[in-house]
Amino acid sequence: METFKLVYKPLGSIALLIEWPQEINTSILWNISLFREEIHIQLPDRVLETVPAYCSLTVFFDTKKIKYSSVVKRIKEIYKSLPNEKEMVSNIWKIPVCYDIDFGIDLKELCKEKKLSQEKFIDLHSKSLYDVYFIGFLPGFLYLGGLNSKLSQKRKAKPRLKIEKGAVGIAGDQTGIYPRESPGGWNIIGNSPINFFDVEKDPPCFAKSGDKVQFIPIDREQYYQISEQVEKGTYKIEFESYG
Amino acid sequence: MDSNILVIAAGMHSSIQDLGRKGYRSFGVPISGTMDKYSAILANKLLNNEEGLPVMEITIKGPKLFFEDETLFVITGANMSPKLNDVPIHVNSVYAVKTGDVLSFGDLVYGSRAYIGVRGGFITEKVYDSFSYYPGITKAEKISKGDRLQIASYSTELQIPLSKIKTDKNHFNTQKIEVTKGPGYHYLSKKQKEYVFSKKFEIDELNNRMGYQLKNNIPNAKKNEIITSAVIPGTVQLTPSGKLIILMRDCQTTGGYYRILQLTDLAINQLAQKKTGDSFKFVMESSYTFLNRLVGKWRD
Repeated sequence: METFKLVYKPLGSIALLIEWPQEINTSILWNISLFREEIHIQLPDRVLETVPAYCSLTVFFDTKKIKYSSVVKRIKEIYKSLPNEKEMVSNIWKIPVCYDIDFGIDLKELCKEKKLSQEKFIDLHSKSLYDVYFIGFLPGFLYLGGLNSKLSQKRKAKPRLKIEKGAVGIAGDQTGIYPRESPGGWNIIGNSPINFFDVEKDPPCFAKSGDKVQFIPIDREQYYQISEQVEKGTYKIEFESYG
Repeated sequence: MDSNILVIAAGMHSSIQDLGRKGYRSFGVPISGTMDKYSAILANKLLNNEEGLPVMEITIKGPKLFFEDETLFVITGANMSPKLNDVPIHVNSVYAVKTGDVLSFGDLVYGSRAYIGVRGGFITEKVYDSFSYYPGITKAEKISKGDRLQIASYSTELQIPLSKIKTDKNHFNTQKIEVTKGPGYHYLSKKQKEYVFSKKFEIDELNNRMGYQLKNNIPNAKKNEIITSAVIPGTVQLTPSGKLIILMRDCQTTGGYYRILQLTDLAINQLAQKKTGDSFKFVMESSYTFLNRLVGKWRD
């Protein structure tokens, strides 16, 4: 695997920020995932938690047990001896999305602007395989990469005060799902009936960075069927494993 | 038999908080926890509690609480003119209450957030090893009128700790907020750095447990943002409009603005005691306190 030139910086007195070249691509994503796993394996009692992002990894260390400079030293050593290739099992999650215009409140306008039929728009959005880069912004909000550039659309000038739970949106080159009701400026094109964050479960999210996501178009009837199953706790999210 | 406190009036924003929810940041779950950790820990210490037990955080306008059962309590942090059965009482002093006693608050004298600790702590819903209220994580987002909050049972045989202390007013009144360089400090121009460390900053009305926006406009702010990366409480973000946002305990786990400065933990506690219209200056943490922190905090 390609080894990157990394920059190490403190984030406050509790964390080490590791930065990759500032760009978004999957070779960086894989490198971060692999490095993150090794850090947790090799420093289980010194490292409390790690937060991956597009091109950074933030390592929260136990300040009672180790000081900043020792963390940097240990972690640099881990990066040097990172295995070139390691089988990492990831999943492709099949996410049902209803693109009905009652849910996709910005879909009509977006299609008009992009000069695409609704069918073509939905086709382009659901045919892509999206990479899960990390979770942030809201509990269970997946940062996804891989949106077809034809669908790219800047945030709405005036954010909405309320966006529904499950809303699927587009902002710039990103697409994502609101895991709960929230204010927000994304263009809303549909809604998914499943839970992206379940406080009853530990871990609370089914997806993790390095996984992939595919959107499966469903109609209103299927939407309400799945909603009911989700409520009862009987719905199983479909997935394939790869790696 | 459970012991309870009944909420007659909720106050401006009251919630149960402990030292926060750790280990779930990578799922997007904020740390949360008491805004002014120093005052919250003091409440527990005065009660001979473990320092991390859940306390009630109250903001600017305090609640009205009815004690259904006996306990010991203490109020630390801001002074909101507390009264027990309409008689004024002191902050930082432990009181014993019996069934039917009523705790209420009046005018804000100093500070912004106070902590009500009870002997043995509050016993509310625990999610991912923390009692801290946070929307979507705990069922309760804030304390509401009519809530019945469970507290630890108190046996009167226990000796009442006669703790009473005076706190340093500087904690509430300081005009200096201590910072270190953030990962994006070097993006500031020389002029911007001069501005940041010479001007007085005023707190905007957009301030809450998630963050404090400041009124000043940093001149010539860059219009671009960074690629989203981790943020923590105390991170000072520079937005493209030139406004600074200081992230607080309920902040998101990641953000896309330049992270120019980072508040020390002491400074976060001090800022938590400030409110809309208050002002302060940023000061770079001195190398003396920096070294002290390094030496004091770790053992290898």
